[in-house]
Amino acid sequence: MHSTDSERLNTKARAIKEALSRIGEPISEAQAKNIAAQEDCECKDGMFALAATRRQIFAGSGLVAAVGMTVMLPRAAGAKAPAGAVEYPVEDDSTKEQGRMMGVDGGYGSRSQFESEVRWTNPTKSAGFSPLQNSYGTLTPSGLHYERHHGGIPNIDPARHSLVIHGMVDRPIKYSLADLKRFPTLSRTYFLECSGTTGSEIMKAREPTVQRTHGLVSTSEWTGVPLSTLLKQTGLKPGAAWVLAEGADAAVMTRSVPIDKCMSDALIVFAQNGEAMRPEQGYPMRLFLPGWEGNISIKWLRRLEISDKPYYTREETSKYTDLITTTGKSRIFTFTMDAKSVITFPSGEMKLPGAGFYEITGLAWSGRGKIARVEVSTDGGKSWNLASLQDPVLAISQTRFRFPWIWDGTSAVIQSRATDETGYSQPTHQQLIAERGPLETGSLFYHMNAVQSWSIAADGNVKNAHPLG
Amino acid sequence: MRIRSVDRKYAVLLASALAILVAPDIARAQGYPSKFDFGTPASSQDIAAVVAIAIGPDGRNLPPGKGDYAAGKIIYANACSACHGANLQGVAGLRDMPAGASLRLIGGRGTLTTKNPVMTVESYWPYATTLFDYVRRAMPFNAPGSLSADEIYAVSAYILAEGNIIDKTIVLDAQTLPRVQMPNRDGFIPDPRPELFK
Ligand code: HEC
Repeated sequence: MHSTDSERLNTKARAIKEALSRIGEPISEAQAKNIAAQEDCECKDGMFALAATRRQIFAGSGLVAAVGMTVMLPRAAGAKAPAGAVEYPVEDDSTKEQGRMMGVDGGYGSRSQFESEVRWTNPTKSAGFSPLQNSYGTLTPSGLHYERHHGGIPNIDPARHSLVIHGMVDRPIKYSLADLKRFPTLSRTYFLECSGTTGSEIMKAREPTVQRTHGLVSTSEWTGVPLSTLLKQTGLKPGAAWVLAEGADAAVMTRSVPIDKCMSDALIVFAQNGEAMRPEQGYPMRLFLPGWEGNISIKWLRRLEISDKPYYTREETSKYTDLITTTGKSRIFTFTMDAKSVITFPSGEMKLPGAGFYEITGLAWSGRGKIARVEVSTDGGKSWNLASLQDPVLAISQTRFRFPWIWDGTSAVIQSRATDETGYSQPTHQQLIAERGPLETGSLFYHMNAVQSWSIAADGNVKNAHPLG
Repeated sequence: MRIRSVDRKYAVLLASALAILVAPDIARAQGYPSKFDFGTPASSQDIAAVVAIAIGPDGRNLPPGKGDYAAGKIIYANACSACHGANLQGVAGLRDMPAGASLRLIGGRGTLTTKNPVMTVESYWPYATTLFDYVRRAMPFNAPGSLSADEIYAVSAYILAEGNIIDKTIVLDAQTLPRVQMPNRDGFIPDPRPELFK
């Protein structure tokens, strides 16, 4: 190496080191200890657990009235409104004075200041989990849709963004957001799930709530242009077999997608739940591959390169591959999300106020099609009963199930098991471990869809339970 | 409806997919053209602005330049070690960062058949080209896209040599990097799912 090179190198290195010292803010000893304490578990893709949050007391609205709990107290004057809400004055008697005028919200509404459901963000601030425990129906509000990113959320001005399609095409074309919106569009209600969701739970119960065990799944109505329409414009050269999709975030996230998926149900999405897609979801445009692991639906999409081979990017080799520890071999390009379900009520950290009637409810979904049936057990899997499914049951979407239950006040374990229209049923933890090998630390157990158990103690406390103890 | 120039397998798949997806919403109604003039032809500058960044296992798109262990050692010490550690074992307790063990870059050979596998560039990654590609797009985490091609070749040489995958004397460039044999090169198998559980 020439000396000028090394001088240049050293200057640059100093600059980076300086930048680093600004970024790597020192943390307190307590914080460091807290994080270090989590070091034993590498199984959560940076989603390590904090100490359990303050216990949430079960407060389902129907029962609030029944047992006379008062949880909807007005917030103290001057208290800050929860995220997504605006603090407005509360009338003493709302029938005796005019309410606020329309338009004071600037034309964009907000939720009630008495509602405070929020995403739970992991300590590395790279994943936000949906509050499934208080979800209703099947759609996830856009502001509560799970999020996962590898380099922060870029703030993209659509006027400066475009999608370039190139490589093994007849005509490379660049599309702006405005261009995309002129195409014939499709709207589809699809779930999206991170393949790392629930991975931490394979060997033992680790996370306290359904938000943290299963919260990296959500459902939205997505609107966009079929990717096949765009690829028809560019044309494909013979031998085109893979498409590299690349995002405009700091991770420049990249995944290789087989062309058959691109030519079937893949969408380039720009809208979510009837309005522009949220920045956390990839504004102004993202790839959407129905039924496949969330990571491959590249957000902030800026480039599609048609090629003959996959690129073997870091996110499809180092990550998002499934190590089978019994053989030491890893499954690669494991795209599809298999059938899965979870009871969202009652679930971890809730407390049932007493024996009596409860409507057990939860969500079921499959990347391979529609949910055919969901069975519920209230005796730890000894017997199973059919739950009712909320219409309409959509393919590759979440289905709400419900099951009436009279709790006798003794300890119980409740579970749900989904079967999709292909006949595939959710496995047990033991079956998954037998199939793919045990995994304590070191990697994430991707595509973990085992039957989830919640135990209910005689005092009504609901806890995450695991068949292996 | 027919897509030009797709090979037969995809054309068949495509025909059925289009029947399912496009037919009900687009093709069924009369008046939809099959061609649209939206979008602008992507110029070679448009493509060059984004394309050079993806590197294939065969070395495609690797830029000119070169780097070796000695140069890489300096870059690593200054630009990487704060998070990945002087010994490449990861630093624990960094704010907003993953656990130290997941910042580990080397070690772990022979652990993939245990229930506590140590998965690193050395023990797990199938292709050395992915290292170049990933560092180029995403590292250093706090200043992505800031290293030159020479610097990335050099820091790759440093990491691979520290992981005992290449010799410290090897100069990495567009020719030598794709030839690096990674220990877990044959460690990957196709997805056998759906699984049939017993
Ligand atoms: C500010 C902290 C920081 C610095 C500095 C940094 N990295 Fe990283 N590095 C990370 C984080 C965080 C990840 C994980 C990112 C993710 O998973 O999305 C990572 C991941 C990696 C990986 C992938 C590891 C794997 O097994 O998948 C490599 C390789 C890497 N860094 C190399 C480098 C190199 C080379 C440098 C110096 C040029 C560098 N990093 C500087 C924080 C850092």
